[in-house]
Amino acid sequence: MTATSNGTPTLEAPGLDWRRQIRFSLIGALSSAFIALAGMPVGLDRRNIIQPLLSMGYLSLLWVPFVLASLAGSQVVLEGMTERVRSSKDLVAGALVGLGSALGLVALMILVKNFNIRDPLVNWSPQLLDLLSFNRSAGLGMVFWIVLGTTLGLMGGAMHVVPTAVRSKTLTVLLSVLAVSVLETFITDLLKGFQLEIFTDFIYYKRGGLEIVGALLVAALAIVIPLLVGDRITVVRTRVREMPADERSRVNLILLLVGSALLLVLPFFLGKITNELLANVGLFVLLALGLNIVVGLAGILDLGYVAFFAVGGYTTAVLTSPNSPGFSPQLPWPVALIVVVVLTGLVGLFIGAPVIRMRGDYLAIVTLGFGEIIRLLFLSDWLSGWFGGAQGITNIPGVDVGFATVNGIDPRSIFLLVLVFSAIAIYISWRLEHSRIGRAWMAIREDEDVAEAMGVNTTNTKLMAFVVGAVLASFSGAIFSAKVGSIFPTSFLMLISIIILVVVIVGGMGNIVGVIVGALVLIGILGGPKQPGLLQEFSEFKLLIYGALLVWMMLKRPEGLVPNVRRSRELHQEEFLQDAWLKGEIDTDDEENPS
Amino acid sequence: MTENQVPLLEFRGINTHYGAVHILKDVDLSIFAGELVCLLGGNASGKSTTLKTLLGMVTPTTGDVVLDGEIVTHRSTSYRVERGVTMVPENRRLFKRLSVRENLELGAYLRTDRDGIANDLERVFEMFPRVKERLNQKSGTLSGGEQQMVAVGRALMSNPRVLLMDEPSMGLAPALVQTNFELIQQIHEEGVAIFIVEQNANMALSIADRGWVLQTGKVVLDDSAEALLANPELRASYLGESGNR
Repeated sequence: MTATSNGTPTLEAPGLDWRRQIRFSLIGALSSAFIALAGMPVGLDRRNIIQPLLSMGYLSLLWVPFVLASLAGSQVVLEGMTERVRSSKDLVAGALVGLGSALGLVALMILVKNFNIRDPLVNWSPQLLDLLSFNRSAGLGMVFWIVLGTTLGLMGGAMHVVPTAVRSKTLTVLLSVLAVSVLETFITDLLKGFQLEIFTDFIYYKRGGLEIVGALLVAALAIVIPLLVGDRITVVRTRVREMPADERSRVNLILLLVGSALLLVLPFFLGKITNELLANVGLFVLLALGLNIVVGLAGILDLGYVAFFAVGGYTTAVLTSPNSPGFSPQLPWPVALIVVVVLTGLVGLFIGAPVIRMRGDYLAIVTLGFGEIIRLLFLSDWLSGWFGGAQGITNIPGVDVGFATVNGIDPRSIFLLVLVFSAIAIYISWRLEHSRIGRAWMAIREDEDVAEAMGVNTTNTKLMAFVVGAVLASFSGAIFSAKVGSIFPTSFLMLISIIILVVVIVGGMGNIVGVIVGALVLIGILGGPKQPGLLQEFSEFKLLIYGALLVWMMLKRPEGLVPNVRRSRELHQEEFLQDAWLKGEIDTDDEENPS
Repeated sequence: MTENQVPLLEFRGINTHYGAVHILKDVDLSIFAGELVCLLGGNASGKSTTLKTLLGMVTPTTGDVVLDGEIVTHRSTSYRVERGVTMVPENRRLFKRLSVRENLELGAYLRTDRDGIANDLERVFEMFPRVKERLNQKSGTLSGGEQQMVAVGRALMSNPRVLLMDEPSMGLAPALVQTNFELIQQIHEEGVAIFIVEQNANMALSIADRGWVLQTGKVVLDDSAEALLANPELRASYLGESGNR
């Protein structure tokens, strides 16, 4: 219908694809009903996004028609790539999908009103009905949902029709308001450190959520700031990219130093809660970086990674705590750390040696088993003389650095410690990734047999990945011990392995930045297995969201949140060439055109 | 090649078992330096096992693999690769998500001589200018012909004395098969011994010096390429099927 801005050929929009609209409407209806019955609207109603307009509870339903409608817009498959096409028919399509989603809720309301199956479905409750009726009569609520759903669907569809600039502006505004609201604790805490409470007092409602004025202010800033900055960032970036290599690396170094310095002073401007939260994120960053080497680089699907975290934690506890039941040398933490690293590395070697000969599914199952075995050993009566069984080990002293003690009482110090070790882990990961062994890991991940045929000693190389992964996990375990002061077998559930794996997958396998972003987003916002995130209200739904996110990522973005920049940059041009080749536009004497 | 020369790579009475299944039965092979030889055989005749045994990915139950006069039967694959044995696997099997450059570098995985590696990289570029153009591209996105070039280039990066080629014509269009065999000859002319394992007997024999025919793990024919081409038995069983082009 219209030519896209970047000069690709003019595309003709197809007519309304009814089956597609019906499918999306059904997805919308079922998702809305599912979310309602999972208890999210009621459970999250306490948390305000914009007071008094919108709570997290309502948001958990309202995004469905909007997002699905914008996804349902027409598209054309061009040269193997899916292209969006602008078409006014998308407005109709979006409205239909929105209506469909709303009808799902209406149907649910009718059912809840007339039948009672609260027995299996806890959330089949009058509260849900009240909430869905906006505390008015049910009939009025239903009409309201139909109007609201259709409107939101229309808006979602409109995202397809309006010019790109308008679309990106709208999305920026929506996401900024949402982000500022979700990050409330963090922002308040940070601004308090700079004595800027006036600002946060102004935009936030005192019992959580943005005030309407605050939301408007954030929206205004989201529009004005990009206008002020303009394309200066792109200009600077291209200028840096065009610099000669040595100058560019100097710029990168300076940026890195400034960034690190900022990170190091950050804890001093943050309050207890935020420091605690970021320290938890840091522990998971360490774990995820380690697992990233095992899974992301070497392609070994280790489902029992928590074992190394546990060994690191327990070894630290035994070596430093006066309450260690068997052997209690009460070493200072830094000395203990050396032993911990060596010992965990050895455990990695011992577990790895038998496991590493297996491949794929078998390996995953066996590592899962080993992960549990390690936890059960720490729990067992047999070894309780050493590890205290279910009573665990208490009174772990923390890290004595002369002028202060780093322990959980002072989350700021723990966060600083985690930062230092994260930096070490990032450096190790980065160096290894670009080393000879890193390349061997990737070769094994891609094709183990061929890697072997190229002369890679696959057994040793894979073991090496296992050991490095174990060592990075032991850092995390050692800090965890010092932080919490007492450890129990229940601190090392299998769930941790799974969560770390999700962090790695969601962030982007084999990608250091991705893994860090993944940990920040998942652990920081949703929270870890036991650690609360910024959205504490979400703790009930944490696993649901983790699971949904994992499925969605695997289906739609298997490369992770942060795709490997180097490769994607290469691919964006090359994929196009490939597609042109498929169409026979470029002649490459190939099997496609046998002579 | 003369009789009194020591073979570069040799099988002496190799027997290989997978569990109870007897795969290779008393196989004797010898490849001399700079020679181009081929091993013909149908499906399940033991061709792949022969290659894996040569490269040390499978250990024979009895018999010896001899590399340059040294018995390497129980030596690792990397030991043999270091001493000049390299394989171009069946169906190319590139490291798909790695760039062409990374694939080539992995070919030189065991080498430490930077200058030599750089030289060989240039040699590969000379042989395949297109590989140079695609250096930073993900190898999985290359076309079939280009992938074949990278696969051969990757093997050459180890600076081999003998190149083992597993079904080089498999999965390639007829026109490409021709180019591919010309390429093999070109590499051969540079002094690299080549051991081709093929089902496409006609094509392989047209460029080879000598050949063997493997049937259910036994060498049933061992002769010069011309003689094999003329052999009525072989014509009936192989050339009739796959050589009708």
